[in-house]
Amino acid sequence: MSTLTDQTAPKLTPKDFASDQDVRWCPGCGDYSILKQVQTVMPDLGRKREEIVFISGIGCSSRFPYYMETFGMHSIHGRATAIATGLKASRPELSVWVVTGDGDSLSIGGNHFIHLLRRNLDINVLLFNNQIYGLTKGQYSPTSEQGKVTKSTPYGSIDHPFNPAALALGADATFVARSMDRDPKHLQGVIRKGYDHKGTSLIEIYQNCNVFNDGAFEIFTEKSSKKQEALFVEQGQPLLFGDNNEKGIILDGFTPRIVDIGSDHTADDCWIHNASDGVKANMLVRFFDDPAMEGHLPRPFGVFYAKERPTYEDALNGQIAAAIEKFGSGDIDKLIAGRETWTIN
Amino acid sequence: MDKEAIELDSVVIRFAGDSGDGMQLTGTQFTNTAALFGNDLATFPDFPAEIRAPQGTLAGVSGYQVHFGSNKINTPGDHCDVLVAMNAAALTANLKWLKTGGTIIVNTDGFDAKNLRLANIPEAENPLENGSLDKYAVKRIDITKISRAALADSGLGTKEIDRSKNMFVLGLIYWMYNRSIDGSVEFLKSKFKKNQAIADANIKLLKAGWNYGETTETFVSKIHVAPAKMEAGVYRSIMGNQALAYGLVAASQKSGIPIFLGTYPITPASDILHELSKLKNFGIRTFQAEDEIAGVCAAIGAAYGGSIGITSSSGPGIALKMEAIGLATMLELPLIVLNVQRGGPSTGLPTKTEQSDLMQALYGRNGECPVVVIAPQGPSDCFHMAYEAINIATRHMIPVFVLSDGYIANGAEPWKFPESKDLPEINVGFAAANTSGDKFMPYERDENLSRPWAVPGTAGLEHRIGGLEKQNVTGNISYDADNHEFMTKLRQDKVNKVADHIPLQTVDNGPDSGDLLVLGWGSTYGAIKTAVNTLRDNGKTVSHAHIRYLNPLPKNLGEVLSKFKQVLVPEMNSGQLVKIIRDKFMIDAMPLNKMQGQPFTTAEIVKKLEELV
Ligand code: SF4
Repeated sequence: MSTLTDQTAPKLTPKDFASDQDVRWCPGCGDYSILKQVQTVMPDLGRKREEIVFISGIGCSSRFPYYMETFGMHSIHGRATAIATGLKASRPELSVWVVTGDGDSLSIGGNHFIHLLRRNLDINVLLFNNQIYGLTKGQYSPTSEQGKVTKSTPYGSIDHPFNPAALALGADATFVARSMDRDPKHLQGVIRKGYDHKGTSLIEIYQNCNVFNDGAFEIFTEKSSKKQEALFVEQGQPLLFGDNNEKGIILDGFTPRIVDIGSDHTADDCWIHNASDGVKANMLVRFFDDPAMEGHLPRPFGVFYAKERPTYEDALNGQIAAAIEKFGSGDIDKLIAGRETWTIN
Repeated sequence: MDKEAIELDSVVIRFAGDSGDGMQLTGTQFTNTAALFGNDLATFPDFPAEIRAPQGTLAGVSGYQVHFGSNKINTPGDHCDVLVAMNAAALTANLKWLKTGGTIIVNTDGFDAKNLRLANIPEAENPLENGSLDKYAVKRIDITKISRAALADSGLGTKEIDRSKNMFVLGLIYWMYNRSIDGSVEFLKSKFKKNQAIADANIKLLKAGWNYGETTETFVSKIHVAPAKMEAGVYRSIMGNQALAYGLVAASQKSGIPIFLGTYPITPASDILHELSKLKNFGIRTFQAEDEIAGVCAAIGAAYGGSIGITSSSGPGIALKMEAIGLATMLELPLIVLNVQRGGPSTGLPTKTEQSDLMQALYGRNGECPVVVIAPQGPSDCFHMAYEAINIATRHMIPVFVLSDGYIANGAEPWKFPESKDLPEINVGFAAANTSGDKFMPYERDENLSRPWAVPGTAGLEHRIGGLEKQNVTGNISYDADNHEFMTKLRQDKVNKVADHIPLQTVDNGPDSGDLLVLGWGSTYGAIKTAVNTLRDNGKTVSHAHIRYLNPLPKNLGEVLSKFKQVLVPEMNSGQLVKIIRDKFMIDAMPLNKMQGQPFTTAEIVKKLEELV
């Protein structure tokens, strides 16, 4: 059953990863872009289609596997992470992807989500965050901002929202990143880095639901405000933003502060991004201010944290290999007979 | 002094003490020794849900009953011949199980003022002093004092010494029944190999107990129970959960398909996880998930990838898994669901037995979602039914429920175990790579209506499946009205097809036709068998059939039932199988129910049978 990638086979194209099914998201939905970026990245991974599995739960985003010409399972609400865990643990050579939404992974599937991250199976999780329940036609989600008026919260929601990246780091995820549907190049880059990381990769993708929550991320994605509000972090690079990178983030003790680059500060004074620094990653994901707030920090995008540690499947299969090495392959007749038998003539 | 031995056909001993007194260990040690000696036997552990309920109280009493004999033993016995009571609470809670005239071995230290108070007995009514035990043979031994004296030089603390006093009891019982202590000595050496002092102390008390019987005048004679006249062969002692685990492993080895167990600890099913997690060199993957749902979902993920997906639990955990079992039904993947039933609903009676999840297994999912349901009838039968579950699940690409229960799970019996070469073949084939260029059809079917097991990694088989209703053959999503009706029927037909491969129903005991058939399923087998034998020995005509395949039922079951004027269905629930029988065969089957968290006694069934014949 094990497969090795054949490097001599003709290179696949993004089209080879599109299935024959009609894509059924609402016109204008951010999901289209994400699908396209994933299909664009796929051929570069050098994997055969049959080695790739997409598993989803329930929600608009979870239709995703139907549109990929790979193996796929559209499972039940919140459980894709658990199903993917069983598959990856037993078939470590496969490339396993989970496609999920904010409701699917953070509400009904919250438990499996955090446990996948702590176990660290080599699975790539694409979390489409649109801050709304789209498939059930517009109720607030666990990432909706407080006060959100929806069909189920006519007086405004009273729940405090999750910050998915911070939650993931809290669960000891080994790869945490954020990107957006409206920035194809950035999204492709982050997906690729997530694939290259050995361990669970959590990629939060801001996704516009133009029917029930249109413009939720506009301030980060639209040309007019993007450069002022979005902070794109790059490994080894200073944290700079603004129309001409005229602003930077410095660390004043443990407090991040926005400074003007030029007179008082240079780019060299700024916080240099290092994704393997867990302490700084924890600060970075806490850049979660309401953009309406005076003096707010910009919202970061990119790979916040990436540090490998042994994966669950390697440890599990390692124990099996070690046991076989030590005791030899199991003898079923010996097992059944046990240690004490007696004979009746 | 050599005491003479009395010969008996069978004996029932009940060990009862505080849950910290080690009665389960004492019982299992005696059981192993009796089994090795060649007795037939059956056991019944009866323990509280709390690991350490307040010491000395009624809530903390733990019991272990073993019935061993030189003839066929089908049940742990309704009542015991010997009751070991380590304290007042143990006596109070268990006296009702002792036969009139039976022997009580009491630890007198367990009847001091404090222990009486904890057992809610006024001091003036100390049963050892008020004459209330006059109809029994009471052997008073200050086991605590003797043990402390014997180990005075051991260097161990009082607490550690007191914890070993169960070995004195075991030694004494070995003497009474003329059994060697050697097996237990070996056991103690290996159990405490890292703590020589504790091993020595336990062995010393074991010998002290034996010597106590030999030298004191407490017992006039030893009792001899000859080996049973069982079918020739090699035997071992086996418990239900252990047998389930071994059956799964055997099927995995035989089919060449690895096992993946996704599960979450729950009483009384956890021992299946414990057993399988030891067996890494059989290539078995065990996954202790974050919850019951993740357990079954991970098993489904593994089944999708070409492993035998297994999940194990008990009632409340099974309830949590049901949505995922519905998914496995839609995906048409092999999945084994082991339910070791316990008293319900809700948390119910975690350590007590019941057969109340039959309807849950048959109907407890949303939509119409038929699955295969089978049930072992005793500890060793768990091996065969677990093996059968994998055979059916992989042949028919379908979830299979195995309904065991707490009584079977923890009960032990001698087992003439099979050799793997004699086990039926399990032929599992994954779908081969598709190089034809034609689109792969994931829901194309074979003669069993089973779809191909198309595992990721196989070229040309890329396909998408999911929980949405799908079109037959292509597996594409379909909301078509006629298709849904077609698929609903097809999923039922798939289950029905299993009947072509399972054994026909036989009558286990008694003639194939007559006035009365007792129809059972699951763990009631031994009690029904013994009850029916009792009536037949008294010249009455009554028969017994036991159903191991509950969905689908054996094809000829209707015919078997039609040959009897009356059908009685004893169950440890308020009447579940009886409803199915009445519904399917339109016969006036009668229920006999017990919902006490305890198995049927033989006497309860005999009484009902005597009313009917
Ligand atoms: S409801 Fe929103 S998220 Fe769902 S498909 Fe439509 S636009 Fe996309």
